[in-house]
Amino acid sequence: MQQCLPCKCYRNEEGGKMIIVDTANHIAALAAKMARPHVIAAYPITPQTTIVERLAEYVEKGELNAEYIRVESEHSAMAACIAAAATGARTFTATSSHGLLLMHEMLHWAGLARLPVVMVNVNRAIGPGWNIWSDLNDSLAQRDTGWIQFYASSNQEVFDSVIQAYKIAENEEVLLPAMVSYDGFILSHTSMPVEVPEQSKIDEFLPDFKPGWILDVENPITHGNIVPPEPYMEIRYSMQKAMDKAKKVIEEVGEEYGKKFGREYGLVEEYRCENADYVIVAMAAMAAEAKVAVDELRQKGEKVGLLKLRTFRPFPHERLKYDKMIVIDRDICPGLGGIVYNEIKGNGSEIYGFIAGLGGVDVSYKDIERMYELAKEGKEGWYPIEVK
Amino acid sequence: MVSNRGEIMAIKDLPTDEYILKGHAACPGCPATIALRITLKALGKKTILIVPACCSAVIQALHPHTAFNVPTLNIAFEASAAAASGVAAALKMLEKKDVLPVVWAGDGGSYDIGLQALSGALERGTDFIYICYNNQMYSNTGIQRSGATPYGAWTTTTWTGKKERQKELAEIVMAHHIPYVATATIAYPEDLYEKMKKAKEMKGPRYIEILSPCPPGWRFDMSKTVEMSKLAVETGAWVLYEVINGELKFTGYSKRILEGKERKPIEEWLKMQGRFRHLKPEDIEEIKRQLDEKWEHYKKIYGGKE
Repeated sequence: MQQCLPCKCYRNEEGGKMIIVDTANHIAALAAKMARPHVIAAYPITPQTTIVERLAEYVEKGELNAEYIRVESEHSAMAACIAAAATGARTFTATSSHGLLLMHEMLHWAGLARLPVVMVNVNRAIGPGWNIWSDLNDSLAQRDTGWIQFYASSNQEVFDSVIQAYKIAENEEVLLPAMVSYDGFILSHTSMPVEVPEQSKIDEFLPDFKPGWILDVENPITHGNIVPPEPYMEIRYSMQKAMDKAKKVIEEVGEEYGKKFGREYGLVEEYRCENADYVIVAMAAMAAEAKVAVDELRQKGEKVGLLKLRTFRPFPHERLKYDKMIVIDRDICPGLGGIVYNEIKGNGSEIYGFIAGLGGVDVSYKDIERMYELAKEGKEGWYPIEVK
Repeated sequence: MVSNRGEIMAIKDLPTDEYILKGHAACPGCPATIALRITLKALGKKTILIVPACCSAVIQALHPHTAFNVPTLNIAFEASAAAASGVAAALKMLEKKDVLPVVWAGDGGSYDIGLQALSGALERGTDFIYICYNNQMYSNTGIQRSGATPYGAWTTTTWTGKKERQKELAEIVMAHHIPYVATATIAYPEDLYEKMKKAKEMKGPRYIEILSPCPPGWRFDMSKTVEMSKLAVETGAWVLYEVINGELKFTGYSKRILEGKERKPIEEWLKMQGRFRHLKPEDIEEIKRQLDEKWEHYKKIYGGKE
């Protein structure tokens, strides 16, 4: 392989495969560009900003033929994406934390309008006090908005998931918006090698957007006027059915992606779960760290595996059927507990829940090994405040 | 009648095309419906309407029906101008260059909750027309005070009369250096039509505000909508003008006032409305003082001193 500087890309002489070493934010911008969106509406917020900076550069340099709307808020970013999608455009935006919270009303709007807007959210804690580090509470607080939610554990997965998100969201059986989330700084500002397919192969995989409905002067429709109770409930029911169908579509698209590009995806990733007495459940960067912990523990003879939740909405309940599970939440629902833990609780399994890493507290594989030991002793709780 | 272009045109000359169909849900005497009917006659079929929460979201009629014969996107209260930016961007990318995004919003959605998005869309040069039909209150939620409610007016959130003056949104809009700003009201349909036509021919952000006297909100008889609208102009409570590339020109009766015609006494307009019934003589004096101050300002503009 040869490295070409300064763009840090590696080119394989035989296959033409390109490896780029860059941050998750730049990789997300590249994936968005390769999905060929018509309209990007964006507003800066740490730690997402370098995504929208890079996209503005692509557009201004003529590398991406898109309209870039420099909105005055995230609420307007989502409103603009919704309206552009309703006019028939493929859309993209990116945000974090307070930006995502400001969008909340419009996230529901995109879901109920059944518009396949694709967004990247870089997970960041919520203030006060101001904290720019990783915490999944921002996106998990959007769990009821009707958005498909993916969580990525590596920069490669960020790239692959953004491309797949469009194909899944735009599937005629789904037609729901999709969000790809990953940890602020841990991924967003960390360079990793990423294999990037050729544009022509991405184009083959991701055909042009065929909208479910559009605002068309030749066929005028009114979208979103007053709706009586019964048809409103039908709209809600059809969303639920679309989420159910999305499970199948996510698996199919992940499999097709695997056949085409060599990396297969699904609702979850099971790692060394065979004969496991305990299965650790984690998502985002925590899941990558948990993989290391599983390897270390397996080396010591412990029968432990990892179930990485790639998809949080739709929630893959049917894949969480292990007898003993250790759920690590980098999030908290005050008054209830860990959000992922509570999604799973009550399924008949023996479950140990840990709250860890909020506001960017570092959680290493050593900490995860310790949580495993604590769970074996029957302990659970806030790590390391209550149990350590 | 003499239109603001100086051409002779009467109501009977308006196009016969109808984009507001029968069966809409507006109150009898609703000014918003009259204004939208004339507006769409001027803008025509190739219009995409963006409507935030306001009376017009209800006027459209119940899903799955609609009384609007142009494609219409309903959007959240504060988001209509941002949505227009999205529609405009998509139309450009999809090469539908002859289609025009038009926001149709009330004063609540323009003066108050939607002001940020409006300012953003104007500043970034979105190619659209923003129309504020101003009935000087939140009428859809049942007559609450807005930033456009005049001093002294009763609303369900100002039981003893509003204690503050209304702001001048069109003047805030002018500070964005956009190509076209105009005011209108339904009593002068040919003036409204001409201003819409003029806006349609231009590019970039265009803003038109239409005074829309609301019978249930202002507490007057539903048969008096047009008279109320006309009297607002004749008393100087509402002013008609247009601003083309920064140059302000008064139009219609407002121009005549500046040429020397006396304003009718404001009491004539106030006494027709139940919302001003409680006013004491000193309140009326304060309204007159504010009005004189406003017209002194207009005189300076008219005389080229400002």
